[in-house]
Amino acid sequence: MCGVCGCGAADGPGATRDGRAPALAAAARIVRVERDILEKNDRYAATNRARFAAGRTLALNLVSSPGAGKTALLVRTLTELRDRYPLAVIEGDQQTSLDADRIRATGAPAVQINTGKLCHLDARLVADALAGLPPLDGGVLFIENVGNLVCPAGFDLGEAGKVVLASVTEGEDKPLKYPDMFHAARLVLITKTDLLPHLEFDVAALAANARAVNPRAEVLQVSARTGAGLDAWYAWLAGRRADAIG
Amino acid sequence: MHELAIAESIVELAAEHAARDGFRQVRRIHLAIGALSHVDPRALEFGFAAVASGTVADGATLVIDRPPGVARCLACQVDVPIAAYGDPCPGCGGAELMAVGGAELRVIDLEVV
Repeated sequence: MCGVCGCGAADGPGATRDGRAPALAAAARIVRVERDILEKNDRYAATNRARFAAGRTLALNLVSSPGAGKTALLVRTLTELRDRYPLAVIEGDQQTSLDADRIRATGAPAVQINTGKLCHLDARLVADALAGLPPLDGGVLFIENVGNLVCPAGFDLGEAGKVVLASVTEGEDKPLKYPDMFHAARLVLITKTDLLPHLEFDVAALAANARAVNPRAEVLQVSARTGAGLDAWYAWLAGRRADAIG
Repeated sequence: MHELAIAESIVELAAEHAARDGFRQVRRIHLAIGALSHVDPRALEFGFAAVASGTVADGATLVIDRPPGVARCLACQVDVPIAAYGDPCPGCGGAELMAVGGAELRVIDLEVV
């Protein structure tokens, strides 16, 4: 039966073609769409990805809850790697340029995006921000997303991979509570490990929970304060950079 | 509440089709929101009502299909149903699962006048 008016014809357009349909069906019709809701974002993401490939640039999307240490990790990483290859940062925050100011203090170029009421970066915002950065041939672009473990999971920015940070003060169950984000991540960085002596935190449990939602995830432990574990993080970056620049 | 951005994208698609297919108003929007997608249907309905106001989709109802989550168990080498990322294999209880279906976010069709 037609779902539009209850006549005996097939749905929508069929109901109007057979001439038996009453006024409602004559007016209403079904338009086939069959399109991805995020197709516009994904078009911008594809353009960004092509631009990174042409510019031989590794782009990484850093995500976490607020306060997990994204900016602190970036400041130390930029300071220690800036002589090896070009580095830049796109900073996403709801308000202020505080993070971009911290990044620029290292000497690395940074563009701040204020998302206002938006809870995540999208690919178009990143495309706009790229216009404000120098070419990074052979280098690495870090995109620091809005601190939020929910919304940024679904928006491809054109990055080579998402890096999710989880600090040891947050609890081992974070991957189970926010599975979309940990499922989308290529690397899980357990941060602030210098605090472990003061906490009852089970690093192995967090790693196991991360792998439960994402069997492919790599897991590393770092402390941006003491520098512990950063060599492994830099080695991971070097590997992804080699993949990106070919 | 990224569902607002999702709702805006749906309204944009509807407006694009209104211009292309020549209709004035959307009465009903048929969506597929996979069980493993990052979108909450109730939050989407809430956000959509606000975002659609004054547009071609003003007052339209959302009809939302929920395609189930499907994952490949790496131990069993079969596709199994899952409700969420992190669910164990219902066959062997293993945790090594790769999602293969149920993440879609799609507009299927529009009922228009």
